[in-house]
Amino acid sequence: MTSLTHLQKLEAESIHIMREVVAETENPVMLYSVGKDSAVMLHLARKAFAPAPPPFPLLHVDTRWKFRAMYAFRDNMAREMGMDLLVHINPEGVEKDINPFTHGSAIHTDVMKTEGLKQALNEYGFDAAFGGARRDEEKSRAKERMFSFRTAQHRWDPKNQRPELWRLYNTRKHKGESIRVFPLSNWTELDIWQYIYLQEIPIVPLYYAAERPVVERDGALIMVDDDRMPLEPGEVPMMRKVRFRTLGCYPLTGAIESEADTLPAIIQEMLLTRTSERQGRVIDHDSAASMEKKKQEGYF
Amino acid sequence: MAHASDMIAGDIEGYLKAHEHKGLLRFITCGSVDDGKSTLIGRLLFESKLLFEDQLAAIEADSKKYGTQGEEMDFALLVDGLAAEREQGITIDVAYRFFSTDKRKFIVADTPGHEQYTRNMVTGASTADAAILMVDARHGILTQTRRHSFLMSLIGIRHIVVAINKMDLVDYSKARFDQIVDEYRAFAKQLGLEDMTFIPLSALKGDNVIEHGHHMPWYHGPTLMGYLETVEVDEERLQHTPFRMPVQWVNRPHLDFRGFTGLIASGTVKPGDAIRVQPSGKTSHIKRIFTYDGDLEQAIAGQSVTLLLEDEIDISRGDVISGVDAPAETADQFETTLVWMHDQPLLPGRPYLMKLGTQSVSATVSQIKYQVNVNTLEHAAARQLDLNGIGVCTLSLSKPVAFDPYQENADTGGYILIDRMTNNTVGAGMLHFALRRSQNIHMQHVDIDKQARGIAKGQKPVLLWFTGLSGAGKSTIANRVEKKLHAAGQHTYLLDGDNVRHGLNRDLGFTDADRVENIRRVAEVARLMVDAGLIVLTAFISPFRSERRMARDLMEEGEFIEIFVDTPLEVAEERDPKGLYKKARRGELKNFTGIDSAYEAPEDPELHLQAAKLSTEEAADAVIALLRERQLIG
Repeated sequence: MTSLTHLQKLEAESIHIMREVVAETENPVMLYSVGKDSAVMLHLARKAFAPAPPPFPLLHVDTRWKFRAMYAFRDNMAREMGMDLLVHINPEGVEKDINPFTHGSAIHTDVMKTEGLKQALNEYGFDAAFGGARRDEEKSRAKERMFSFRTAQHRWDPKNQRPELWRLYNTRKHKGESIRVFPLSNWTELDIWQYIYLQEIPIVPLYYAAERPVVERDGALIMVDDDRMPLEPGEVPMMRKVRFRTLGCYPLTGAIESEADTLPAIIQEMLLTRTSERQGRVIDHDSAASMEKKKQEGYF
Repeated sequence: MAHASDMIAGDIEGYLKAHEHKGLLRFITCGSVDDGKSTLIGRLLFESKLLFEDQLAAIEADSKKYGTQGEEMDFALLVDGLAAEREQGITIDVAYRFFSTDKRKFIVADTPGHEQYTRNMVTGASTADAAILMVDARHGILTQTRRHSFLMSLIGIRHIVVAINKMDLVDYSKARFDQIVDEYRAFAKQLGLEDMTFIPLSALKGDNVIEHGHHMPWYHGPTLMGYLETVEVDEERLQHTPFRMPVQWVNRPHLDFRGFTGLIASGTVKPGDAIRVQPSGKTSHIKRIFTYDGDLEQAIAGQSVTLLLEDEIDISRGDVISGVDAPAETADQFETTLVWMHDQPLLPGRPYLMKLGTQSVSATVSQIKYQVNVNTLEHAAARQLDLNGIGVCTLSLSKPVAFDPYQENADTGGYILIDRMTNNTVGAGMLHFALRRSQNIHMQHVDIDKQARGIAKGQKPVLLWFTGLSGAGKSTIANRVEKKLHAAGQHTYLLDGDNVRHGLNRDLGFTDADRVENIRRVAEVARLMVDAGLIVLTAFISPFRSERRMARDLMEEGEFIEIFVDTPLEVAEERDPKGLYKKARRGELKNFTGIDSAYEAPEDPELHLQAAKLSTEEAADAVIALLRERQLIG
């Protein structure tokens, strides 16, 4: 008797979910954040619909503050996949020049990501959006459904989610409502890395350790990725061998000092250091239940 | 145990190689609020060394704020999630946790023990291979334990661990353990549970969780972790049952490729295998098993694949591909167990949308045979199922579907019911068997049809469905319309609410369940009359959208004309032609529409009459004008 491995089962489940969405919704889209989870999700989409390319576009809700290496990687991936890439930047945010330095992480994230995402979903009329969130990332996500319903105002109501039994997903919704679908719900951080390793999935080079210019602020190593970064008096970027466990806006993403420049070394480091990945994201530290509040407001 | 740090540090590639082949077990934990369930899960996470330092720091901070364990670390805080729940100190939903050892990855469905959350437990159990049933050694088998066991047997979980926890509080007494085991075995026999394992535990101190510890030398069975690492996974069993694959989506990128995608629900499949497609019954052979990584020589239960067939046969989403020798059955009437999951009760006769595998059909519960009391397992008669109610019912579908009995295959025998108006998932069910009745009643073919009868009368048969509050003027307007039609030489019949309730429906009252049945019968009678070639008028409050929708679905396109007699409640109550509003206001009349029972106004009626602003004559003329406009009358 053959037995499926945990990764084979996770893969089969994610593919099943993607096919359900394509079969039952009118206008799906895949949210592409350029990170490692997005890379796995995109790879699974390719598997689900092969030999055809995935029958939906990619949407990147951009903040203008991602690492340069992310933009280069993103454009290259979309080209290789033969998929449409839609990039949305909140025009009101651009007009007011919202940025993490002047406005702080909370406002920057709210305007550029949360509002930007809502604008894009409304503009294109998407009724289903794949996201790469996992249940192991954070406690309040442990209870989120695979199919998460949003009102026409994109609000999430934790009291009013549909039960998910067996492999049955109820995708019916009223006009204007939409579904966020999380095909990676049951993957853990280790699963993601192991799968990237086994399947040789390309990821942004920033995950690998290299000499990079950084400054130290409030205990976090921030990479000076371009000349928009205002330096404090006397602050001089120094070259350190660092890498990133998670990718976002470069001024909001802390690097870690590391020698890990191969996938096995990254996995090894992750297993031995034992610091959960979201710690590198500045937005989580705002308040204990902050992720949950963000989710109710429409952030992923 | 857990991740061997030495191997990770010394030979990461060897470690990854070993972990590539780990299996996956999904299990559920159930028990009362105080059984120590969250503490146990917290300890499993902790012991498998999957807690990160910042998570630990957060728990320590939280322990000071919310903890209940004094100086000790409160593991329960690891697994309690949403902010509102944390304040109440209880978990109120299904939460999924992850940990892994060298042998397996685990997904834990954590569900609460409260009575009102039967739905959550059934949801969490539906994907589980095994269940851990928590029992507090001090309290033994409680009503709650029985209820959870019943739900596990209902959902068909094959492997159950009875974890007798808090042994530290009964002096690690073997006698107490044996007593609880005996009591549970006697009870489990009634449910037909077979594979049970009993483990004495202290989740707080750690005995028999990962290692045996030294407090209970008299116990020689497996530790909880030892059990979880070796118990059979359901998909292994399913490989030995007949092949089934519900078709999800047809992949047709170009003319030379026509692939049927799906997740294999059971069995195995190889190129060359003979298959049968249900419900159509067509047969063919497997040509290729396509995947992105290359064609497969064989695929097994649990894999997502794309099948290509030798012959070009018509297959679409919802069809089930079976092995040719043991195909899925097809039927449209079933006996089933139904678990109700919504505040709005299940009403027999009301059409719901059923999702079974990848098939979606309209389904009606025709009868509730009995309701099961989850605490006593007693059967009782029921006319409706409320939230968390469990009933054995007969289920009738709008067309035949492919299925297997649930106990043989959860993917082809388990279904959900969806409310067609709110789109909520309102019920979950398990098919037992097909009712033969459905195969023995055939529609009698007749030569004279509706069209022929209509032509003989010189008219197009149609149904004018008047809906509105009591006293809105439905009967008065319908009566005037009928007079006008009659005067013009049309053949008509008016079905009036009060009159029907004196005859055909005199056995029905005014509960929601009876209202649904009332309208179902009226709609069926109206359909027969339209079939007889008549212009039929019905004047019923018909307060619910679902039933008006059902009546509409019985008719052909364009035959159902919904006329909303829209009179404000104040006006109808002021008129009160039968004195009913006064009675209802005095509390002498229960379930009166508009007072203590809802009226769901039509969203998109064919005709919306602002009846308070129109005379009866004007309203009737508006109906006649609509019929002319639609060329239904000359």
